[in-house]
Amino acid sequence: MDITFSAEELAFRDQVREFLAQNWTPDLARRIRGEDEEFKAAQIEWQNKLNDKGWLAPGWPVEHGGVAWSVTENFIFETERSLAGAPDVVPFGLKMVAPVIYGFGNEEQKQRFLPRILKSQDWWCQGYSEPGAGSDLAALKTKAELDGDDYIVNGAKVWTTYAQYADWIFCLVRTDASGKRQDGISFLLIDMKSPGITVNKISSIDDHHSLNEVVFDNVRVPVANRIGEQDKGWTYAKALLAHERTSIAGVADSKRRLRDLRKLLSEEISGGRPLIEDVQFQNRLSNTEIELMALEYTELRVLASTADGKGPGVESSLLKIKGTEIQQAIQQMYMDLAGYYSGVLHGDETAESIGHAFGHDARKAYMYGRAATIYGGSNEVQKNITAKYVLGL
Amino acid sequence: MNFNLSEEQNMLKDSVARFVQDEYDFETRRSNAANPLGFNPDNWQTFAELGWLSIPFEEAYGGFGGGPTDVMAVMEEMGKGLVVEPFVATVLMFGGLLSKSDNPALKDANIEKIIDGSLQGAFAYVERQSRFELADVKTQAKRDGDDFVLNGEKTVVFNGAAANKVIVSARTSGEQCDEAGITLFLIDADAPGVERTQYRLMDGQLVANIKLTDVRVAASQVVGKVDEGYTLIDSVVSDVTIALCAEALGIMQKLNTTTIEYTKTRQQFGVAISSFQALQHRMVDMFMAGEQAKSILYRAVCAAEGEADDLAKNIAALKVMIGRNGKLIGDEAIQLHGGMGLTDELDVGHYVKRLMMINTTFGDADYQQQKFNRLAYAE
Repeated sequence: MDITFSAEELAFRDQVREFLAQNWTPDLARRIRGEDEEFKAAQIEWQNKLNDKGWLAPGWPVEHGGVAWSVTENFIFETERSLAGAPDVVPFGLKMVAPVIYGFGNEEQKQRFLPRILKSQDWWCQGYSEPGAGSDLAALKTKAELDGDDYIVNGAKVWTTYAQYADWIFCLVRTDASGKRQDGISFLLIDMKSPGITVNKISSIDDHHSLNEVVFDNVRVPVANRIGEQDKGWTYAKALLAHERTSIAGVADSKRRLRDLRKLLSEEISGGRPLIEDVQFQNRLSNTEIELMALEYTELRVLASTADGKGPGVESSLLKIKGTEIQQAIQQMYMDLAGYYSGVLHGDETAESIGHAFGHDARKAYMYGRAATIYGGSNEVQKNITAKYVLGL
Repeated sequence: MNFNLSEEQNMLKDSVARFVQDEYDFETRRSNAANPLGFNPDNWQTFAELGWLSIPFEEAYGGFGGGPTDVMAVMEEMGKGLVVEPFVATVLMFGGLLSKSDNPALKDANIEKIIDGSLQGAFAYVERQSRFELADVKTQAKRDGDDFVLNGEKTVVFNGAAANKVIVSARTSGEQCDEAGITLFLIDADAPGVERTQYRLMDGQLVANIKLTDVRVAASQVVGKVDEGYTLIDSVVSDVTIALCAEALGIMQKLNTTTIEYTKTRQQFGVAISSFQALQHRMVDMFMAGEQAKSILYRAVCAAEGEADDLAKNIAALKVMIGRNGKLIGDEAIQLHGGMGLTDELDVGHYVKRLMMINTTFGDADYQQQKFNRLAYAE
């Protein structure tokens, strides 16, 4: 039992801090909070800075440009990144499709896609959910039929985050409907410029555009864009889902959000006293902080067991459930702190113009934050998974 | 970074687990608790022979030199067995105060006897009015030549009935709730002027109120320094809190396992009740509560091993979570056992009662949360 950092690890932490101080500039932070193309350009700029340093792809094989950090180094980097307020990478390319490509793709696919992901030349989105297949992912119906060297894809994917920016989409499609539902699914990489693809915007309750519906109407996809074997896509996707749940926990970001919340609470005055002195608020803060202190170590335990070659296993459901509950509790506290200003609709209002700076962000985070207990397999489905595979019920 | 036990720690943990497995089935436990001492003295000798009583003591005094991780490993397994022998009271509390004091003569005279199993000890710190405030001490100690004379009453003294010697906190200066001015005295349990009233708690413990009337104690029997006892108390209570929380974790794991097994065998409506989603989700909540409790225990143990600056905050957080999650698991374990959960015959209720007493000891979850808030949010 030991969590103390070695001299090398402390030196690494200094290196990370120095990198962040130089590269995560206030100007970049401002632009990344912007809308549409401004956000996209700034996000890519940030990812390129990480890539130039060689730090964009922890966990990738080193021969493909990854960085082989230890569990502790990864923890240090995530903690420092988050405390500095810098965002995570957009996960769809770097954390979701890349592991499937280097894990199950052929040599040609690795050479073709991985370098472009590293350089953020391709923006990826995820084509899993469908109108009739949400938490029950295996119910998916988007069909891919062989026609010579191509598949012809028909159907629709939904809740596709950032599809409006995407160059590529990775999709689970049905190639066989005759047997067990999980057995007839294939994993396809589809060029978003292919004829027959339509992206329809979905306006969400956060008054922001991130969600879309992607419709496929006789879209031709070369068989060369299929990962692994036909009908075996479920296996490849499943390996990814455990990872997705782990990263959804967002422990480091929640730590920063709580730290910032505490500062705002000591600046906000209620009845002539700082709001932080309110016993009710203190109890809400500590309820969440204590859960988070525990979850941080749950995550470290999962990571340490991964490093020992054991996971991430089914315990990742626990991280997802607790992590998203904590995120939502924090979002609620920001809303309550903002009071009237939690209704502010537009992000370009500032402390100078209306006397309040974060009401809009609080509202946006709260509204979009409802998604966290739904996506990645709803929390109720995570409980089903845990009941079945962890508790053996 | 690692969360593994060393080979030595694993052996220690295994030896406690084996003892519980072989010597501590529930009916045996019941008769151990019913012993007039509150525990089985033969088991205590076994603990001595297996070297467990030496774990936290320095090697210079014949100890094993163990730290928080070693204690955690032992306590988690004792929790699973609901062991009533006073390891916490004699070894960790009474022994811990002696061990952390700077009085070599007292250590020489007592630690060896704790280790060989011949000395039972207790720490008398609670008073009727003090609730969880360790510094609220009315019992008076007045200097009289080379002696101190003690008057007052300590209550709910763990292992107070069986203890041969007792360490008593008493006020030598200051106001009733001041941290400064508290002194610790080592007294014989049968010294003139000591009157004990013993009674049972719901977890099987035999405790005592100890009334002190003009009890004369030599200055040489002061544990630590005059007026500076609080620092010592605070430090030992921190150690023991971690140990009790490890015991609680063992209990929670046991309750979770028992509940899952029961729902798999209990048939209603023609199927095992474990097949009902409403019950499955409750058991997942129990599982998550147990895993989170384990994580925050590891966090506190790592902080204690590394002597971290925010140790006090970590321990308060630990105690809050153990209290709350323990309540969730305990209540759900009874609920999912249905009517059987209400019976004294089944072990479930007994595990729950021990969890409840651990929650209360040194301050319940609400009390500890206020402490956490002061440490975390008061500038």
